Amino acid sequence: MSADPTPGGAPEPADRTPALDGAGLALAEPPAAAAPRPGAADIEGRSPWQLAWIHVRRDRAAMISLAFILLLALLSVSAPLLAHWIGWSPTDQDRTQGLTVDGLPVGPSGRHLLGTDNLGRDILVRVLYGSQVSLLVGVVSTLLAVAMGVLVGLVAGYFGSAVDTVLSRVMDLVLSFPFLLFAIALVSIFGSSLAISVFVIAFFSWAAVGRIVRGQTLSIREKEYIEAARSLGANDLRIMFVDVLPNLLAPVIVYTTLLIPIAIVFEATLSFLGLGVVPPSPTWGNMLSDSLDFYQVAWWFPLFPGLALLLTTLAFNLLGDGVRDALDPRAERLFQD
Amino acid sequence: MSTDSTSGGAEVGQPPTAESAATGPLVEVREAVKYFPIRQGIVFKREAGRVHAVEGVSLTVRRGETLGLVGETGCGKSTLARCITKLHPLTSGTLLFEGQDITGLSRSQVRPFRRRMQMIFQDPYGSLNPRRRVGSIIGDPFAIHGEGARDERKPKVQELMELVGLNPEHYNRFPAEFSGGQRQRIGVARALALKPSLIVADEPVSALDVSIQAQILNLLEDLQREFGLTYVFISHDLSVVRHVSDRIAVMYLGQVVELAGSEELHGRPRHPYTNALLSAASVADPDQAAARQRIVLTGDVPSPIAPPTGCRFHPRCPKAQEICVEQTPPLVARAGDPDSHLTACHFPVAPGEDLTRVTATIPEEERAE
Amino acid sequence: MLRFLVRRVLSGVLVLWLISLFTFGLFYVAPSNVPRMICGRLCTQSQVELITKQLGLNQPLPVQYWHFLDRLLHGDLGYSYYNSQPVSTLIGNALPITASLAIGAAVLWLVGGVAIGVVSAVRPRSLLDRAGTIFALIGLSMPSFLIGILLLYFLFFKLTTAGLAWFPPSGYVGITSDPLEWAHHLLLPWFALAFITAATYVRLTRNQMLEVLGEDYIRTARSKGVARSRVTIRHALRAALTPVVTQFGIDLAGLLGGAIVTERLFGLPGLGELAVSSVTRQDQPVVIATVLLAAVFIVVANIVVDLLYAVLDPRVRLG
Repeated sequence: MSADPTPGGAPEPADRTPALDGAGLALAEPPAAAAPRPGAADIEGRSPWQLAWIHVRRDRAAMISLAFILLLALLSVSAPLLAHWIGWSPTDQDRTQGLTVDGLPVGPSGRHLLGTDNLGRDILVRVLYGSQVSLLVGVVSTLLAVAMGVLVGLVAGYFGSAVDTVLSRVMDLVLSFPFLLFAIALVSIFGSSLAISVFVIAFFSWAAVGRIVRGQTLSIREKEYIEAARSLGANDLRIMFVDVLPNLLAPVIVYTTLLIPIAIVFEATLSFLGLGVVPPSPTWGNMLSDSLDFYQVAWWFPLFPGLALLLTTLAFNLLGDGVRDALDPRAERLFQD
Repeated sequence: MSTDSTSGGAEVGQPPTAESAATGPLVEVREAVKYFPIRQGIVFKREAGRVHAVEGVSLTVRRGETLGLVGETGCGKSTLARCITKLHPLTSGTLLFEGQDITGLSRSQVRPFRRRMQMIFQDPYGSLNPRRRVGSIIGDPFAIHGEGARDERKPKVQELMELVGLNPEHYNRFPAEFSGGQRQRIGVARALALKPSLIVADEPVSALDVSIQAQILNLLEDLQREFGLTYVFISHDLSVVRHVSDRIAVMYLGQVVELAGSEELHGRPRHPYTNALLSAASVADPDQAAARQRIVLTGDVPSPIAPPTGCRFHPRCPKAQEICVEQTPPLVARAGDPDSHLTACHFPVAPGEDLTRVTATIPEEERAE
Repeated sequence: MLRFLVRRVLSGVLVLWLISLFTFGLFYVAPSNVPRMICGRLCTQSQVELITKQLGLNQPLPVQYWHFLDRLLHGDLGYSYYNSQPVSTLIGNALPITASLAIGAAVLWLVGGVAIGVVSAVRPRSLLDRAGTIFALIGLSMPSFLIGILLLYFLFFKLTTAGLAWFPPSGYVGITSDPLEWAHHLLLPWFALAFITAATYVRLTRNQMLEVLGEDYIRTARSKGVARSRVTIRHALRAALTPVVTQFGIDLAGLLGGAIVTERLFGLPGLGELAVSSVTRQDQPVVIATVLLAAVFIVVANIVVDLLYAVLDPRVRLG
């Protein structure tokens, strides 16, 4: 802060107005804003984001979820380290005690904390590595989808008319695709890989974001501050990104947190159908798929990847709900009354 | 200020001479027309009608003056203002700014002119972006016109804040943390940033509390004196306009019906519509208020989609006659008026005439038209 | 109404045409050596060329697309690359299974979800209402195959080992051969598919009902002496159903996806299973046919939903 707190309330422009020089303006009355404020430290003003954060912090379910997500992220980043420490790599087959004499998975024990799978691999390590795929695909494809959706929705809503008509039709088209089937078709052509999974999921998710952003932009476009920006000479690009975009952030952030669990489930489903990340790389989806033939004899085999998947999506949903509540108090909550 | 309102403008399309740019009227509007099409249809939008928002308005705004634009809601005054600041393109007509024809300029061509004409908006809540800090809002003109580096802008913005009576330490606050009057000061600061020659104020105080209105009006007057600003001041409230304006243009259904100096207009209103507006305006002195005859207009404002023929005021005018339905009266100085007092009326009101006692002489079915 | 229908159908046709173009582009333009695949590794070059010619793969793309579209419009879906059966036969065999699964599940989730939602709304904050909330939360977070595995483990495996073989393991029995066995075999798949979606409907119905029940016209009806149950059913439910119908339209696209997973889980040889196995066999005619069929289904269903919408809510103008 360069300015000193103005004592007495009346502004003293003389010492700071070289450009607009002039005698002190005789204002009819000092406005309230110029009144002296003893605690000048508080003067920064709390941004809407700070206020939202304060709100979320009071939401216990959302905070526990956030903690869980952060922990999961930490674990997945340090998966190689943890695997080294545990002593098994995700593809290591324990040839001595990994399978029973009948060739069935071995239950949880000191050697394999969460048991082994049908090939004698350590389920704990595989679940840890699986979190890498889930989080990576979930977050990256969501970010891609959001970026694409925001861009298309912003352009459609801002320019309107023919541009809007064409882009809206495209979004309708993408939304009316039988997406899992199409995802399967795409994978059949391009082969399955991590990148294809990310691309396919983003491709079928962006249109929903685009629709929301378009609707919001349509209403923001009519606001007087947009007209004000135009009267100042701002070009379309500046108005879209400096004036419209900040007002879209709240719904976009809410939608992003709610889209991540959907993307995670999508990836798991692709993996489950054998169309995701190529085995033997572990994902929660392909572990569950592998477990289908063994669930009757090895409950731990489907349980742990399933639990990891459920808890992760649950955490993202609860966090998203809390964020929605904080950013838009009028919207009804999904899970709490 | 300016002496001549008719010969000041340079030839259309010609660059202004140094002399005309310095002495001619700041803004000149000639035969301005603005229609908004109403479109219908599913695939191929066809024009189903048009809103006649502004129809044939000619005006000059002199340097250093305040021109008031008055009229009821929907009379086209805000549209006219937005045409002057090039927010809407004119359907037809000519717009001169500082002697230069800017009618047909594209958005990028008009940019250099934007520095010299700014707007203050009606809604102090709607005209400030709620997601941006005040400092960045006021600094917008600098950023848009590439004036000064990022770090040079802050002191400039704080100067402006101080100038309009805001605490410069509130630089990083959000609009929501200010009162309505303070927000309007933010709008004023933003308009002032590039030291424009023209400020178009669209109902700058009508959304404010009455006690705050005077503060903002005084601020605007002080700034005008200080920087030699020219204002186009729009309001539906004649008493507010009278307070600040040198000249006043009264608008009705997209047309100027009377134009005169502020005192002249209030002392000798010639158009029946002006008379009606004045009689409805608030009067501070209760004795005077009680003594005054109120002229109550019958009927509603006709639709601007299908405005009445002839004089647009005829369906509601107490003095209307046959000719009013057929011919549009020109905006000229009427007998007995000074040259600067223009009225568009076939039967201007004589001073002292009691409009509550006259009745129109056109058949009812034509009035209903 | 008629004008609306015509417009809706026209836009549906447009969407289908675009999807056909997209699918064609995806499968015919993408590089893959179909003839080589059909004929196997030991093929001579001339054999490959013959097959290429037979399939018309040597013609220019627009011509190929024209033939593709022409055959499609005549109901000729071509032959499977994998076992040379007509695609229409393969689909004809699989369709009843997927239809049984999807329709049954849709009925189950609509009726079940709306019913639980209504009860929750009539008695807000009751035990049942809270259970509904938790149900919705889990339903929204859980992938459909997870619930399928749970059902298999507890309702099939645990019960069977406990000597209560209430549910058959897997497989499909035609409705014409034995309707009872048909339903019996589909019971678990129905539940697996409906469970998750039903959660959304519980929340949606509950919140809508609560909102509508608080509105003036409902209170007016109550104060006029209309019975509570009648108000709930006749007035509130009708108004609350509008968003439910909208949601139903959205969920139809997901229904097919869910069906694919459920068929895999319960060993039902339906369309989804056909599509997935055809993908792994690179059997493109079958994949294209299933994708197009699914698209037709979604487009038609959305038109029906729009019409239903108008019937339920007179305020919606079909303009």
